[in-house]
Amino acid sequence: MGYQLPRKTADTLFCRLREHYEIFAPKLFAGDGCFSDTDVIRYDKVSSLDEIEFDRRSDYSFKEALFAVNETLFYFTENETTIPSCTDKKLLIFLKSCDLHALKRLDAIYLENGPEDFYYKRLREKACFVLMDCGETCDTGFCAGMGTNRSDNYDLYLKCGEETVWIDCPSEELLSDLKEAGLNEAGETACAVTPNYVTQNKETVTLPKKLSVESFDNPLWEAYGSRCIGCGRCNFVCPTCTCFTMQDIHYRDNENVGERRRVWASCQVDGYTDIAGGGSFRQKQSDRLRFKVMHKIYDFEKRFGYPMCVGCGRCDAVCPEYISYANLVNQLAEEDAK
Amino acid sequence: MGLDINTKKAKKNAFRISKERGIGASRIRVPGGYLKAEILGMVQEIAEKYGNGIVHLTTRQGFEIEGIRLEDMDAINQMLQPIIELLDINQPEKGAGYSSSGTRNITACIGNNVCPFANYNTTAFAKRVEKEIFPNDLHFKVAFTGCPNDCGKVRLHDFGIIGMTMPRYDPGRCVSCQACVKGCKGLSVDALRMENDKIIRDEEKCVGCGVCITKCPTRAFTRSRQKYYRLTLMGRTGKKNPRLGEDFLIWADEDSIVKIILNTYRFVKEYMNPGAPGGKEHIGYIIDRVGFEEYKKWALEGVELLPETKVKECVYWSGIHFDR
Repeated sequence: MGYQLPRKTADTLFCRLREHYEIFAPKLFAGDGCFSDTDVIRYDKVSSLDEIEFDRRSDYSFKEALFAVNETLFYFTENETTIPSCTDKKLLIFLKSCDLHALKRLDAIYLENGPEDFYYKRLREKACFVLMDCGETCDTGFCAGMGTNRSDNYDLYLKCGEETVWIDCPSEELLSDLKEAGLNEAGETACAVTPNYVTQNKETVTLPKKLSVESFDNPLWEAYGSRCIGCGRCNFVCPTCTCFTMQDIHYRDNENVGERRRVWASCQVDGYTDIAGGGSFRQKQSDRLRFKVMHKIYDFEKRFGYPMCVGCGRCDAVCPEYISYANLVNQLAEEDAK
Repeated sequence: MGLDINTKKAKKNAFRISKERGIGASRIRVPGGYLKAEILGMVQEIAEKYGNGIVHLTTRQGFEIEGIRLEDMDAINQMLQPIIELLDINQPEKGAGYSSSGTRNITACIGNNVCPFANYNTTAFAKRVEKEIFPNDLHFKVAFTGCPNDCGKVRLHDFGIIGMTMPRYDPGRCVSCQACVKGCKGLSVDALRMENDKIIRDEEKCVGCGVCITKCPTRAFTRSRQKYYRLTLMGRTGKKNPRLGEDFLIWADEDSIVKIILNTYRFVKEYMNPGAPGGKEHIGYIIDRVGFEEYKKWALEGVELLPETKVKECVYWSGIHFDR
């Protein structure tokens, strides 16, 4: 059951909702792409529906709404530490089905993999998720085969037309906040609202079933690794990559005061496997690539029972060296038959 | 009866008088070197009908149709008309070909239509200046290049325009991967360093090439909204004193550059040696004679530079002197 309401009404609603919510959504940043006169779509706080990029997949995933690129864990003075305060507001995060499935992976790593992560949890508990559908498949995604093309665990589903907005709000808490913001259930047209979803992609990926430690010797790693420049873009755009590194910053004017941050890390970038004493485990790009791919479709699944990769296809779209993770995985799968 | 040809008029009409008596060449200039492919077919048609079937790709992004008979110039001008129109070239009289050849074709590297390094649309800017300064008999050379790699070799021109971008840095998106630092050191001027896990840009050293931006994997480095240019002046080749153009403005804007070029035409009209061979004198030699201070006064007349634009107080050129 859902509602159909004029877009203007919906705009006002979301504007009022900002009293209690910080709204994160994909936004087009004109001119901020890698190259001159190109754009990038990434997440940011928005203040109206007009700012949201509903149609195209964002270049960077929703994860930065819950897991900032840089996050100060605590400030330190000589004998004391202070944890930065967290927003008082709730979070409303607009995302597509692939990313909502990625949320499950983030939760697995940060909440179900040993002790809960304090910083992730305090934001996660405040977060509500708004599903946006894909009118048609993106170029590189392969969600249908991964089973991530549909989601029903959204708090709100919202479809935005030029004049009309359709919503379905299974979350009672969010519904009551929407009502408080002015959603007039009696005044709006009640209608059945169900999310559309993509049933077929341009890209099809078959996961290999026979990966093992012996897969380490596959010549594919070297073939692809020799092309990789180790920039880490595939990790930074990935909605399921959760690695971070620690940085202790001592303020320039007073070395006794500073902060500890966690910062996104990439298993493809130099330094990721460096350890005290000067050791470094995976020095070759081919080893790093193998580690990443095996983690996405093998190691994670062994621990949690489902693949880590959600098939959003962002890594394939962003790679400056045109390395196709999808094609690499398919080639691994082809070897199953041998 | 011998051929009776006004060679001065023919040259101004963009025909070359070749070393073979009675034979010339038709010169077609392509502003910014950017053209619709259908023009190639038109060039071919002229070359096969009136020329010897050979076309030379000129050093200034044009075509030179070889082996035409000088008495066919009028007929060739008719066939040039659709090309001139497709290239949107200012023309006082339709069907009469090019009306002047003093100011040379404005050249441009491929720019940001295609090239990942380019910081602006070189052909669009070239065409803007083209509309402002053509047709013109004065000897000016203007060239555009997308980034400080200067593939367009603009420092060999009277006006060289080099694309720049002012890197904007968001430390909140920076993951300290140092792709920018390595990129700047390896490909550019080594203007970046990391301190406290964040990037510091040496603003004096930075040439605005944009390598840090293309290398950044997280969009911590992005381009300035404003497009910036380095304007180099009075580079030249030639018999007397070939030299590279020197910086005049750094972090300049498009409008200022257009105004400065137009102002320079006024300056040349005022100071050109009336007895110069062919009625033409290179701007650079005029400035050498009049002095840079006087030129600068004319060039900057009515120009409102951006606050961030750096202006060289004085410009000194070097180069090779064969004339001393």
